[in-house]
Amino acid sequence: MGWLAFTVLAAAGLTAFLVGRGAGDALAADSSARMNSQPNYHGYYVAMWTVVPAAASILAYAIFGEGFVRSVLASELPDGFDSLNAFERTQYLDRAAAALRLPTTGQPLFDAVVARYGELRGAVKLAFLLAAAALAALGFVLSRRRIAADFRARLNVEGGIQAALFVSAAIAIATTVGIVVSLLYESFQFFTRVSLFDFLFGLEWNAQTNTDFGAVPLFFGTFAISLIAMAVAAPIGLYAAIYLSEYASPRMRGWVKPVLEVLAGIPTVVYGFFAILVVAPLVRSAALWINGLPFTPPELLAAQPASALAAGLVMGVMIIPFVSSLSDDVINAVPQTLRDGAYAMGATKSETVKQVVLPAALPGVIAALLLAVSRAIGETMIVTMAAGQRAQISVDPTSDITTITAQIVSLLTGDSEFDNSKTLSAFALGFVLFLVTLCFNLIALRVVQRYREKYD
Amino acid sequence: MTEFARSAGLAGPDAEARLRRRYAAERRFRFYGQAAIGAAILFLVFLIGSIVTQALPAFTQHKVAFDLQLDRAVVAPSGRAAPEDIRENVAGFYRLVREDLVERFPEGAGDASDRVELYSLATRLAVLPVAHDVARDPSMIGQTRRFWIALSDDLDLYLKGLVTRENVMTLGPVITVEVGRGDDSVVLTVAEAAAERIRANAPWSEPDRFLDGDPTVLIQAGDVVLKALELDGPEVKAEVLTGDLAAPNALASSPLTVRTIQTPETDRNVTDRQIAWTLALKSDGRIERRLNTALTSNADSTYPEIAGVFAALVGSLFTMLITASLAVPIGIMAAVYLEEFAPKTRMTDVIEVSINNLAAVPSIVYGLLGAAVFLNFFGLPRSAPFVGGLVLALMTLPTVIIAARAALKAVPPSIRDAALGVGASKTQAVFHHALPLAAPGIMTGAIIGLARALGETAPLLLIGMVAFVAEAPSGPTDEATVLPVLIYKWSTGAERAWEPATAAAIIILLIFMVFMNAVAVLLRRRFERRW
Amino acid sequence: MSETDEQASTSGAPPKGPVKVDCRSVDVFYNDKQAIFDISMVIPDQSVTAFIGPSGCGKSTYLRCINRMNDTIEGARVEGEIVIDGVDVNDPAVDPVLLRSRVGMVFQKPNPFPKSIYDNIAYGPRIHGLARDRAELDGIVEDSLTRAGLWEEVKDRLASPGTGLSGGQQQRLCIARAIAVNPEVILMDEPCSALDPIATARIEELIDDLRQRFCIVIVTHSMQQAARVSQQTAFFHLGKLIEYGDTETMFTNPANPKTQDYITGRFG
Repeated sequence: MGWLAFTVLAAAGLTAFLVGRGAGDALAADSSARMNSQPNYHGYYVAMWTVVPAAASILAYAIFGEGFVRSVLASELPDGFDSLNAFERTQYLDRAAAALRLPTTGQPLFDAVVARYGELRGAVKLAFLLAAAALAALGFVLSRRRIAADFRARLNVEGGIQAALFVSAAIAIATTVGIVVSLLYESFQFFTRVSLFDFLFGLEWNAQTNTDFGAVPLFFGTFAISLIAMAVAAPIGLYAAIYLSEYASPRMRGWVKPVLEVLAGIPTVVYGFFAILVVAPLVRSAALWINGLPFTPPELLAAQPASALAAGLVMGVMIIPFVSSLSDDVINAVPQTLRDGAYAMGATKSETVKQVVLPAALPGVIAALLLAVSRAIGETMIVTMAAGQRAQISVDPTSDITTITAQIVSLLTGDSEFDNSKTLSAFALGFVLFLVTLCFNLIALRVVQRYREKYD
Repeated sequence: MTEFARSAGLAGPDAEARLRRRYAAERRFRFYGQAAIGAAILFLVFLIGSIVTQALPAFTQHKVAFDLQLDRAVVAPSGRAAPEDIRENVAGFYRLVREDLVERFPEGAGDASDRVELYSLATRLAVLPVAHDVARDPSMIGQTRRFWIALSDDLDLYLKGLVTRENVMTLGPVITVEVGRGDDSVVLTVAEAAAERIRANAPWSEPDRFLDGDPTVLIQAGDVVLKALELDGPEVKAEVLTGDLAAPNALASSPLTVRTIQTPETDRNVTDRQIAWTLALKSDGRIERRLNTALTSNADSTYPEIAGVFAALVGSLFTMLITASLAVPIGIMAAVYLEEFAPKTRMTDVIEVSINNLAAVPSIVYGLLGAAVFLNFFGLPRSAPFVGGLVLALMTLPTVIIAARAALKAVPPSIRDAALGVGASKTQAVFHHALPLAAPGIMTGAIIGLARALGETAPLLLIGMVAFVAEAPSGPTDEATVLPVLIYKWSTGAERAWEPATAAAIIILLIFMVFMNAVAVLLRRRFERRW
Repeated sequence: MSETDEQASTSGAPPKGPVKVDCRSVDVFYNDKQAIFDISMVIPDQSVTAFIGPSGCGKSTYLRCINRMNDTIEGARVEGEIVIDGVDVNDPAVDPVLLRSRVGMVFQKPNPFPKSIYDNIAYGPRIHGLARDRAELDGIVEDSLTRAGLWEEVKDRLASPGTGLSGGQQQRLCIARAIAVNPEVILMDEPCSALDPIATARIEELIDDLRQRFCIVIVTHSMQQAARVSQQTAFFHLGKLIEYGDTETMFTNPANPKTQDYITGRFG
């Protein structure tokens, strides 16, 4: 269906283009006055009005057609179906949809529903296809009639192009709106069942059993792991950036920077695997060793097979390039004249860096760290795989712990209905996550922008 | 000079000490920088190194040769030898495999638990390739053919040395063999020195006597495998695990191999008997280590030895096709609008901020968006590459837009002026000149964005792409999984064999990503234009 | 209307030939800042008119009004009329694209497209549909390059990139590109400022040749150049037209003391 529609549309567009261009050519040949637009543009114009409305109709079918068919079908179902809830009804219709391709089951009611489904689907599809064909024909005829020597085909076509460009740019806005609205809507549903206060300040989280929705342990876990990650990434990333921008030779920069970028390019699921396979056992044996020391109590550390420390350390490594490349940029943006001033007074290189360059670059460095924190908070796979799943508040870094993101994954993996608190709580968590990272991002972007303006 | 320094208070012991301190601080600072870079690179090497060493065993696989008598009644029980029936007839082919195993090792044909122990040398589904071969060439039916079938994952790991530490030594031949001293054990008499070496390699909790929970000592001669129970001078009392002792000469004539398997039988997934059968098959020449073709040609499976990444690769391909065909054109068009046409208004400021922010939104939020909007609101199918591609396209869009805008910005305005000067319209100036000149930069950014999307896992988990998919999808609306999600799933697998398999899947994913990034770097190197 | 005539006459520049461009009370604003104050002038056909004045005096801005290049600058607004062959170019009905095919432009820095020499010239004729086939296009390219005095130098390497030429050659390529669309007016915005003296001399020769067929308006910061190539000269200062007249008169006997000061080098 998709390919066929695409081919037919493309063929129609090509024909329309050829007709339009032919008309333009004819005009150019016999009109003495100068043509306003090139014949090609007359072709594009006709093609545009032939294809775009028809394509819009087909797209509308692709997006809304099935939903429409289902809503009609649902309204026609016999009374007995009223007892089903929305999810069960959806599942029933899903089964009917799947059964369309299968032989009849022999259950009269179900077969009737399936048959009716097929009937409705065919009718709706036909209606949309007819509408598409009518629109194409109408667009073709009307646009063909407008072609004349002084017709501004080019301006019209360019108007169409610009409209398409604008729509593309608006998709970015639509995505933001979509994220905010969907998170808000589902969170609102959630907060009609669980009070906002309990969610934000409750200390017990047992969402899998639909009982306790106190998110503080998750906030704590997210905070703790981000803290560990930043403790690794901030010093290493910053020192690496300083060394690269102030000390390293261009040749060294040339190969160290790409190597650091490789760290950023490795998929997070790979880091997660590394964390659980290599780092977590190391952390565990280190913890057991400490427990076994003569002067420590034997139960000092939890020494779990999955631990906050393992996830945090690996996440820290992942974040190093975010810190280093952004800091490198801002340090490079500090004007050479500032450094020259310090050197001229007899400062050593490190004194210049510490007392002149870093203070000047401080806002940018802070922004880099903020973006890195935001990245750490939103990171999902490493914590899902290596931090464990237990929602607890524990200052012991070798205990297992869970985060906002890991909980979202565990709540929404598998079949999810949208009408229980368990599923909805994932969206409430997502909303918190979005708001927090949004704040960090906005502040950081703001600071970076200010900083750039200062030195540009 | 020194005169000047002295008069300026820059000389003297105090000043020199201060200078020394300052230079020491300088050296320290420099060292911290070097250490930081060294640490980062070391992490990278450690990461890649440990994954590669993990993955290496998974690229090969032990296979067992079976001589299957392709009886028509078993292979095509319905009477008609239609290829699709043969292909589905796993039960029939597995029966042939079991019969062949029992024929070779009659001692495994005892009670039900004996049979389970023996049959688990090969997984039921491992006969699928055989079924496919026969379905392709039905003329084989009625003949006896040799097929190589994957050895069960645990035994495969044992042979690769990944299950347990094992000491192996070779000793001289047995001097005498005495069968059945009151029970079904045998007593071997070996040379004094050989007995000493066996004793030294039997770290049992009680001297010279094997107890349950102790490391196993296996004694192999040809295809006879014995398990040492007691040591008494030059005499070794042992239990026959497999092999025919009716012809004791065979045992006496070949040298002994003694293996100490450090992990006790109770702590591993393979029994002593299974190891013995495997060793016997190996000494028959019926086990070979071969390239693991299942890894790249099979779909996912619940058995690691026959699981492969093929279906996930196809799923990734469909997903990336959708992502690329949406994110790249829309991203470029949005960038062209913002960079070339948009008036500087509040609206464009809002678009600007929201794009920059979208680029930093955690990927999992896109998964939530996909679950709420595409699945719940629009009712699109779960687990479909189409939806996954949509979600990843939204995620990649800001990256493409930012890269494309930067590339467009780098094209000097004089080029646009020149085009306008000869009477090109603004649209023509952009599409004929600015955009083609920015294309390499745009493509570089787009490929890097797509490579990131290829490795993305979290948002796809939320739209159900984690479903078990045993067949490659044939279109973007079929159920599918993608490579990174498969890696996540395999990494949570309980069996030990999933670890190398996961690492191998990671290597395959990384190869694709390296390839994409290499293309991006090449594009940048080849076409980058400095103005 | 009478005011315009008056100003033109006070500027002392009665056109010698037929009028090509007639500018009436032109004001230009950048957002709220006014850059050009009520300037009227008539520019004759088939001659060279030079705009001179100190930096920032508005001469380039004024030049860019004639082919509406100021449209591309955010916040720029032009008031008044600029009439070419009886049509006001600022009329909303006028398509700036068609206008620019009739009013060509050469820029300060040579800006060839990063394409082959051939494609640089052929681009304009292609988008305007001036050639029906390849042979005709080849003809236009050869003709334009010949008229720009570049044909002999580049005829063997038409496929090599235009950016590989020397600065002077690049600028002549840009002139050839401008004349390839067969314009009536050619605007030149300091075309020699990035060139060495020898290349400058060649361009000036070329301008003198082109005068036979086109109405040329040139912005220059070099008074010697204005004296060498132009028939009329307009002196701008702080967004105002101080004096406009016959080049010889301007340089020998300027009416306005400010012009006198500028020409003799006392300011600017």
